[in-house]
Amino acid sequence: MAVASEQRTVDLREPGGWRRSKNQIATFFMWLAFVATLVPLVFVLVTVVSKGVGAISWQFLSGSPIPPNVLPLGVGGMGPAVVGTLEITGFAALIAIPLGVLGAVYISEYGGRNWLAKLIAFMADVMTGVPSIVMGLFIFSIWVLHFGYSGLAGSFALACLMLPIVIRSTYEMLLLVPNELREASYALGATKSRVTLTVVLPSAIGGIVSGALLSVARAAGETAPLLFVILTVEATNSNLFSGADTALSTQIFVNAQSPYVGAEARAWGAALTLIVISFALMLIARIVTARFTRYTR
Amino acid sequence: MSAVTKAGPATPAGSARPLSQARPLGDRAFALIALASGLLVLVILVLIVVSTAQQSTTWFTTAGFSGIFSTVWDQSTNQYGAMAYLYGTVIASLIAIIISVPVSVSIALLLTEVVPRRWSQPIVYVIDLLAVVPSVVWGLWGIIVFVPWLAPIYASIASGVKGIPVLDNLFGAPTAGASFFTAGIILAIMITPIITSLSREVIATVPTTDKEGAYALGATRWEMIGGVVWPHSQGGVVGAILVGLGRAMGETIAVALVMGSSAEVTSHLFAPGYAIAGVIANQFPEASGEFRSALIGLGLFLFVITIIVNLTARAVVQRSARRMRGA
Repeated sequence: MAVASEQRTVDLREPGGWRRSKNQIATFFMWLAFVATLVPLVFVLVTVVSKGVGAISWQFLSGSPIPPNVLPLGVGGMGPAVVGTLEITGFAALIAIPLGVLGAVYISEYGGRNWLAKLIAFMADVMTGVPSIVMGLFIFSIWVLHFGYSGLAGSFALACLMLPIVIRSTYEMLLLVPNELREASYALGATKSRVTLTVVLPSAIGGIVSGALLSVARAAGETAPLLFVILTVEATNSNLFSGADTALSTQIFVNAQSPYVGAEARAWGAALTLIVISFALMLIARIVTARFTRYTR
Repeated sequence: MSAVTKAGPATPAGSARPLSQARPLGDRAFALIALASGLLVLVILVLIVVSTAQQSTTWFTTAGFSGIFSTVWDQSTNQYGAMAYLYGTVIASLIAIIISVPVSVSIALLLTEVVPRRWSQPIVYVIDLLAVVPSVVWGLWGIIVFVPWLAPIYASIASGVKGIPVLDNLFGAPTAGASFFTAGIILAIMITPIITSLSREVIATVPTTDKEGAYALGATRWEMIGGVVWPHSQGGVVGAILVGLGRAMGETIAVALVMGSSAEVTSHLFAPGYAIAGVIANQFPEASGEFRSALIGLGLFLFVITIIVNLTARAVVQRSARRMRGA
């Protein structure tokens, strides 16, 4: 048309001037935010590895008892704490994972849309926000005051922390299982428990296992709930069910506040051990997710 | 099954059992076990309140309202006022939120709107690593590496703002490496993963058609975020921030190590302070009698505050979700 030649030519593909720069500045700040979080992560990992690797030896990981903080590195070892962490976290997982999975089964398979299932799901969400130290005080009040310090009390405290996490992750996985699978099994005459145990849970097993492993990774590093329910001691206590116990995380806390060089070195060594355990669990969880997850969002 | 083998040639297979038979015992037992496991969540939450309230009655009754909210915390006179600890918890968490929110929301936007899909998963893994580093390791790193590194920086900032009205009150002397602000920074690092992942979930639900509409009108990405993403996900992001606030208030070990352990109500952010969770962790092992009762009472306070914050977070998210559906 004749009018067209009089119009200004505007490049519609790229906005120009200030609008464009504002967009670029915003994008730059988004990347900057990511880099800003990388800095402390790299900083802390490099410090823990460089300071901790010198302390690590077979004797450090298995030696016993844990020496008093005035002694230099090389005497005794963190054996009791390694044993304690594995026992306490392992038993906590044994309690929390089955109960958490069953709780999620109730919410998704049995509760349906009734008010109780909604309330439990809601409260499980709220429970993930309960401070870990409060769980410690809780177990202290209802267990330690009556039965004394033990690794078992530590397991209870960690299990209370893990329970809502396991419920949440399992529930999300069960929601992804297609209803056709359930209906097909009912059509074959299977009971509800049978459908749940042999069809629904196995088809969501990848996600359930990976969620459970992540909760174990979180629990293994927890200090606050253990601090005054296991009472950090120096000798190995292989009996989970009675007597004061110890763990890597509480040992780090105690040694971090000590001015002696040996104690500091032991704290870094224990920190490296703990980080390796946590990261290994997380890595396994990722691999499980990648290999065994059948249904995803 | 067994019915089939018993059935005579004239009986149709499988007809021995009527369809309306009651559910077998095992099936009902399983349903009950599942129900019990679900109820366990409610039981634990109720027991937390009951047991901690029971253990702290001594403190609540002897100290009274004014005693509880006083700033005097003295074991020799058996006076346990919670004010300085409440103050420390609130201030350190607020500093953490102020630092962490812009960073977390930026990363959430980066993940959803900027980077291609195949890159976003590795970035999420890296951010999640921050959450897997145990609290006590952040505390150890904080007290041995970070605090001595920060101390001269605080000192130079303090001398720089000397005489400037408001800034002098906030950042002036007295300074210490272990302070409200250090605890705030460490907390900010620790709560970034949770705020990022929750806001990312919300931002990911913004309808693609809305976004494409904004682009079609010629908006830049930033204008699209301001005009489409932000109004849509505002409520959810506020909820994510509140969840982060709850985490920051409950975080214990790192704060116990890097906050300086001095119960004071002061406007100086570079001065040492003390938080509720920190004082429980540091002093509980030696406590007994009314002292222990006061510390458990502090724990109950912390529980109630974090529960309120979390419930508010849920309410905000649900209300905004309803509004978005209605729109």
